[in-house]
Amino acid sequence: MNKAAKEKTINLLFILPAVALFSIFSLYPIIRTVQLSFYKWDGIATTMQFVGLLQYKDIIFHNPAFWKSMANAAYVTTLALTFQNGLALLLALLVSREIRGENIYRTIFFLPPVLSGIVVGLIWKWIYDGNYGILNHFLTGVGLSHFTNFAWLAEIKTSLTAVAVVHMWKGFGYGFIILLAGLQTIPKELYEAAKVDGADSWQQFKHITVPSMIPVFTVVAILTILGSMQIFDLIYSMTQGGPAGHTHVPITRIYQFMGNGEFGYSTAMSVIFGCLLLAVSFIQIEVSRRMNK
Amino acid sequence: MNDARLKNNLVNILTHVILIVIALSCVFPVFWMFSSSLKTQEEIFTKMNLLPEHWNWANYAIAWMKADFGKYFLNSLIYTFAGVFGVVFISSLAAYGFARLEMWGKNIFFYLLISTLLIPIPGVFVPLYLLLKKMGLLDTRTGLILCYISGGLAFGIFLLRSFFEDLPKEIEEAARIDGASKFGVYWRIALPLARPALATLVIFNCLSIWNEFLLALVILQDTAKMPIQRGLMVFQGTHITDYPLLMAGLTIATIPVLIVYLLMQKHIIKGIASGALKG
Repeated sequence: MNKAAKEKTINLLFILPAVALFSIFSLYPIIRTVQLSFYKWDGIATTMQFVGLLQYKDIIFHNPAFWKSMANAAYVTTLALTFQNGLALLLALLVSREIRGENIYRTIFFLPPVLSGIVVGLIWKWIYDGNYGILNHFLTGVGLSHFTNFAWLAEIKTSLTAVAVVHMWKGFGYGFIILLAGLQTIPKELYEAAKVDGADSWQQFKHITVPSMIPVFTVVAILTILGSMQIFDLIYSMTQGGPAGHTHVPITRIYQFMGNGEFGYSTAMSVIFGCLLLAVSFIQIEVSRRMNK
Repeated sequence: MNDARLKNNLVNILTHVILIVIALSCVFPVFWMFSSSLKTQEEIFTKMNLLPEHWNWANYAIAWMKADFGKYFLNSLIYTFAGVFGVVFISSLAAYGFARLEMWGKNIFFYLLISTLLIPIPGVFVPLYLLLKKMGLLDTRTGLILCYISGGLAFGIFLLRSFFEDLPKEIEEAARIDGASKFGVYWRIALPLARPALATLVIFNCLSIWNEFLLALVILQDTAKMPIQRGLMVFQGTHITDYPLLMAGLTIATIPVLIVYLLMQKHIIKGIASGALKG
């Protein structure tokens, strides 16, 4: 071996620990997910039964509960994309007007995102509590007395929306920070020039802010979709999928099937779910690319 | 002119009213958690005062000792320290290699790493569970820590590599001429220069490991080894109506996060904003 080749080999020692750990605990599980999805396996038996695409077929055509969980996550995601990001944008626009106390608002709005999902879920479960929660106490106090013992998280009609509200409460600060940073990179000269040309605030927003922010909107949208579709901690701490499965989401279903020892089946669910997420991200990127042209 | 100023003032007031209402809604649940943690069981069920009648700090002693939150807290500290140390050391070493050294298969490894940052991969906890079981690492601290370290590597390497690449090469070359080894250059020159990026990495991993729940749920069964997020779920599963103690536990779980956040908020907010805009 010549000297340069020897160097190249010795240098590998720098990346070796990272490559080893990453291959074993990140890469291998990804490959294994795909592989296991073609097998029926309880995780204990010494032989795994190859079933090809049978589990995929079953999930796609005969597992309405899985699609219901997908629809639930999509519902949360839709609310987050509209209300949560709408609020985040409104607040970012307000704060970017060089107002007093910008830093304080920023610090406070980003507080919910740094808290753990479990902590947030359990606090809100307490706030929502039918009998002793402060929300019903407050609603009763302002005259809405039919909410006196209303169990928000246990009622089929309200449980998913109640969880979604908490999810949005926890998440809007994240979009806010990114949108604010994006707004602050738009050159001020653009606005000044527009003002000279007699453009009002709405026109400025439409012709300067929106076009310059499209790439940022895309990033926020993708992060929102990926984060909301994969919601887990809040569901687990607030409803565990109940009442009667009405707040189940894909990850809680995958976890549930794994818990029942259906390892192959749960990984097939993961693959389907992962492909859908990937597709949605690609569509988002493509749409924003077209809009940018 | 006066009209314009009046309108401007009104807009300003309205702006602050909206911002303050939202800000209060962010703070209130955290305040309510803390306030409830100091009440008695009886007060919780009979009254709705914002502040406790008596500040029962004893709730914290009970939560810490009898409800095992002390144990869970210490476990979380162990996982966070070990995880953060592992991520920072291993990813800085690799990032330096990727940025500065020639080696076989460099690009393949790098792009494989980075692709896992971009591609959503849900449900890997299933094969991870099986893998740890086979390795005899299921329900062990080592197993959980290894997963945390591995999970933080892609982001760490991505962040640090670009930082190392932007450093001027001259100092490192001079040190090499003076006879320092490659590892010596990394350890004594590149790493200290990378302190700002390392700080970002430490903070983000502290928060994400401290707050992590799903892997701890899948990997651990033994309550003696559980981190606090997992412990909170165990507690609320068995003492479903003991709200003051649960809220004390939640507060204990949140205090370290609040301290790190309030001390490091500039770093955190800048990191989030620039990370998302660059990506």
